[in-house]
Amino acid sequence: MTIQQLDAIRQSKKALIDVRRVVREEGEKLAKETGYRHQVLVCGGTGCTSSHSMQVIAQLEQSLKENHIDDVLIVKTGCFGLCALGPIMIVYPEGAFYAQMTPEHAKTVVEKHLVPGGEIVKELLYQGTVHTDGSIIPFAETPFYKKQMRIALRNCGVIAPEDIDEAIAAGDYAALEKVLTSMSPEDVINEVLASGLRGRGGAGFPTGRKWSFARASKGDVKYVCCNADEGDPGAFMDRSVLEGDPHCVLEAMTIAGYAIGAHQGYIYVRAEYPVAVERLKIALRQAREYGLLGKNILGLGFDFDIEIRLGAGAFVCGEETALMTSIEGHRGEPRPRPPFPAVKGLFQKPTILNNVETWANINPIIVKGAKWYSSIGTERSKGTKVFALGGKITNVGLVEVPMGTTLREIIEEIGGGIPNGKKFKAAQTGGPSGGCIPASLIDTPIDFDNLVAIGSMMGSGGLIVLDEDTCMVDISKFYLEFTADESCGKCTPCRIGTKRLLQLLTKITEGKGTPEDLDKIEELCEHMKSSSLCALGQSAPNPVLSTLHHFRKEYEEHINEHKCSAGVCKALLNFSIDREKCIGCGVCAKNCPVSAITRTDYVAPGHKLASFSIDASKCVKCGVCMSNCKFKAVERK
Amino acid sequence: MKQSEANCAACGERLGTPEQEAALRAVIEESRSMPGCLMHILQEAQGIYGYLPMQVQKTIAEGLGISLSEVYGVVTFYSQFSLNPKGKHRISVCLGTACYVKGSDKVLEEVEKELGIKCGECTADGLFSIDSCRCVGACGLAPVMMVGEEVYGKLKPDMIKGILDKYREESK
Repeated sequence: MTIQQLDAIRQSKKALIDVRRVVREEGEKLAKETGYRHQVLVCGGTGCTSSHSMQVIAQLEQSLKENHIDDVLIVKTGCFGLCALGPIMIVYPEGAFYAQMTPEHAKTVVEKHLVPGGEIVKELLYQGTVHTDGSIIPFAETPFYKKQMRIALRNCGVIAPEDIDEAIAAGDYAALEKVLTSMSPEDVINEVLASGLRGRGGAGFPTGRKWSFARASKGDVKYVCCNADEGDPGAFMDRSVLEGDPHCVLEAMTIAGYAIGAHQGYIYVRAEYPVAVERLKIALRQAREYGLLGKNILGLGFDFDIEIRLGAGAFVCGEETALMTSIEGHRGEPRPRPPFPAVKGLFQKPTILNNVETWANINPIIVKGAKWYSSIGTERSKGTKVFALGGKITNVGLVEVPMGTTLREIIEEIGGGIPNGKKFKAAQTGGPSGGCIPASLIDTPIDFDNLVAIGSMMGSGGLIVLDEDTCMVDISKFYLEFTADESCGKCTPCRIGTKRLLQLLTKITEGKGTPEDLDKIEELCEHMKSSSLCALGQSAPNPVLSTLHHFRKEYEEHINEHKCSAGVCKALLNFSIDREKCIGCGVCAKNCPVSAITRTDYVAPGHKLASFSIDASKCVKCGVCMSNCKFKAVERK
Repeated sequence: MKQSEANCAACGERLGTPEQEAALRAVIEESRSMPGCLMHILQEAQGIYGYLPMQVQKTIAEGLGISLSEVYGVVTFYSQFSLNPKGKHRISVCLGTACYVKGSDKVLEEVEKELGIKCGECTADGLFSIDSCRCVGACGLAPVMMVGEEVYGKLKPDMIKGILDKYREESK
């Protein structure tokens, strides 16, 4: 393919994409150019697919046929971000945001909205887009979307990821064209350096510096790798980029290949992401067919190709040297650094490795320039960050905000606060390598350095909200279970340290801890941080240290008073029946799995039947009695 | 693939059905020149047999000219590879953070109770096996479990029996 042909594709589909990006009035004008009266975008991301968005598409197709409508285009896109309300469907040019769709709803929308002269079905819309006076608010103006700035996710939920023409029309491969026609490798590296982009995978190392090291390394064979082994539980931004806009990753890797002098790339992706893998395969095939990958790209004399390698479920493979060892076909154990991968990486050749979200920022930096990019964010953290909002929060989903946005803005405004009237207790960032940020620090502007300063880290961007029902000792035990399980075993501080830490934490949650244990924990954590071989072991103590620092009282309560205020640690709980409230219906006794509940002789004043009581020696503390009692007579202390 | 046929490979010298054996040898032949091919071959082999019996590992080691211990070392390093047969319906309960804070431990407990086996085991009739996993990326639907490729979200322990019954009915 030549540059002229690339441009022709861009022009032919421009109006089609623009309809989805402009305000309603302009969209209506543009829609006439496209030949489609309506475009219906349905989310085909993992979240919405799991809540059956494919059945919604099937029903749409059938109902359109039955109503003889042929000027409506159905587009299967990537993630729109508001996963809590899936499956989501947006109808353009109106920008009508339908939420929690079912096949029946889809039928209704076709019959009432998509037929000629139809109108928006207000009762099926996301109610956040319906004003109290009945008018419709553009979804970009709702609290969830208003404060967001989509750079990495610019095309997610806008284009059909399985259609390379749409990707090209939406701007993909424009940066590659610019690089190959008008920039030297040094220019590319300088632009990335000047943008201030830092790696989005965890540590926040400046991307441009990584590239310049690899360029400076001597050798004919070099490699470019993409880390798509998103192992942090609760983080799914990389998956969403791969599912929503896979071409932007292929393009950015090709640009990096040009910059450092590499001709081969590898994408290491989790096997747990079948949809992402499938879309990557389709994207690779299409890019090769178009001559955007392979020999002589765009006829400009540069060769580059990419292979996919599947991970097999090992968290440590998110570490760069372990990932490379795994691509080489071995046990994914990390290697000591130096030598750094930029000198000796994959197959002992100079290699750069960046994560998916980092790659997704390259195209805008090249196209719009480093100056524009570095105007966004804080002094030392430029651009935006994607967070996967999860846990006890109303608007669970994917959000992208400028660096420096406060936790309060993300949780209260974008996230819509904590459901069920519960109180915000802490936010966990950085997954098993990060820490918990307490409610008192909710006004901290989030960037790489601020998070480290308060004992957490950016990590890949999982942001799990915890409410008052979460026990912080239990959460830190949860993470240690994870790291102890995932420790590769190569170095002693991590292999034994995680196990030993877990034992100490388990002891505390069972009410058997002593005050000295806390000192032991702190000492052990320091040893692990300073002497583990790779980031897994060095950061595994973070969840423990941060909760111990911010929630020490809770640890002390478990140890000294044998109490778990959040009501999570089973060994410290006792169930009993308030005999004055018990009406004697016996539902608890019927449902008790271990027959620990029996009737007593006591009849409370005003009740007809004798009350029940729990035999503490038999009770397994499952809580079934409590959830079944309609009279709130079962107490947990 | 039928469960009974896969079991043959574990107990004897045979490599499952002739079709399975041919498929395995073809994968080894096709991939052996690719750098770092072992992981890829193991993934394909697990696709063919459902798990990685010792005889299959031996065949791969011989095919690539490497030691069995090297193959076994890789197999046991990654959680995706299994040395034991799995159930016809593989249940995978997500214990990622987002699911955990929303009570997925109670979901797992209920699945274990309902099937009478522990996580990592397979029922005697070969119908179900239970595993836990770390995040399927459907955090919006937490807590989540997968049965085969099907994702079930927003689970409560009392929904488990109904879901499993559906699969029990199907196999009758």
